[in-house]
Amino acid sequence: MEVINLEGTEDTPKIILDRNNGIFEISGRSLPEDSAEFYQPILDWLDEYSKSPNQETEFIFKLEYFNTASSKLILDILSKLETIEGTKIAWYFHEDDEDMEEAGTEFSELVEVPFEFKTY
Amino acid sequence: MKYIYELHKTMVTRNLILVYEGEFTQEITKSVLAMAERNMDAIGEDSSVKRKVFNVMVECLQNIVKHSDEAEDNNYANRNAAVFMIGKQEDKYIITSGNPVSNDKVAILQGKLEYINSLDKEGLKDYYKDIIKNNKGLSPKGGAGLGFVDMARKSGQKLQFDFEPINDNISFFSLKTIIKRSTGKEDNE
Repeated sequence: MEVINLEGTEDTPKIILDRNNGIFEISGRSLPEDSAEFYQPILDWLDEYSKSPNQETEFIFKLEYFNTASSKLILDILSKLETIEGTKIAWYFHEDDEDMEEAGTEFSELVEVPFEFKTY
Repeated sequence: MKYIYELHKTMVTRNLILVYEGEFTQEITKSVLAMAERNMDAIGEDSSVKRKVFNVMVECLQNIVKHSDEAEDNNYANRNAAVFMIGKQEDKYIITSGNPVSNDKVAILQGKLEYINSLDKEGLKDYYKDIIKNNKGLSPKGGAGLGFVDMARKSGQKLQFDFEPINDNISFFSLKTIIKRSTGKEDNE
């Protein structure tokens, strides 16, 4: 499977999806002009990956900020991950960022995937 | 030339640290955000306040990019004419926007904002989760329908708004969000 490796910009996150090395990570800022368009390749990649996933998938969210349109797409990503056996989410938040911690808690209540909360 | 002085006086007395009028695009949004961030960094603003201001600014600016309507009024403007301002006071930031909206949207917007203002912290959280869970995809304009709710949640204050009729077709929609400074914690509610 191809590797997705997007450099982060001031309004889009850094994304690495690399099944061979077991790296699945979205980090940085997400406030693209068109969230649906931006995240479509990620959702497509996950569809493909879900056909024969690794035994374990640790998906890292290390977001500094995301807008509301991105939050909808993050939920779409989590809903795809929900269908993949052996998935767990590592939700990182800056230690004084209560809003990001709460956002993670809320997502964890919306999908049936184990979440682990970590500070950075 | 007096208008220059008048405008400046208004900016000074209202403590406006940033005012932008004109067309709103994603590129402009990024520039305005960068300016506000630099301003807050320069005074060593508390990171939690900074994040909340940034958050509310993004939703506010992207709302304008997505939803502002053309003015079409010969006494006012015949283009996309919106305004965005940040005021900084001792105890709070005031984030304000104004843009024309067609009159047929006024009742819907007003209803939504009044509903949001009727909710408490838990109510807002439930409403947010309800929308994100049940709305299928984004709107044709790419919105999640969550912007105002998110602004209200991050602010912890009621959203202030007003609709000023421009003519039979359009009104000027003003929105004001307050972010309290210097606390950073949730003891300010």
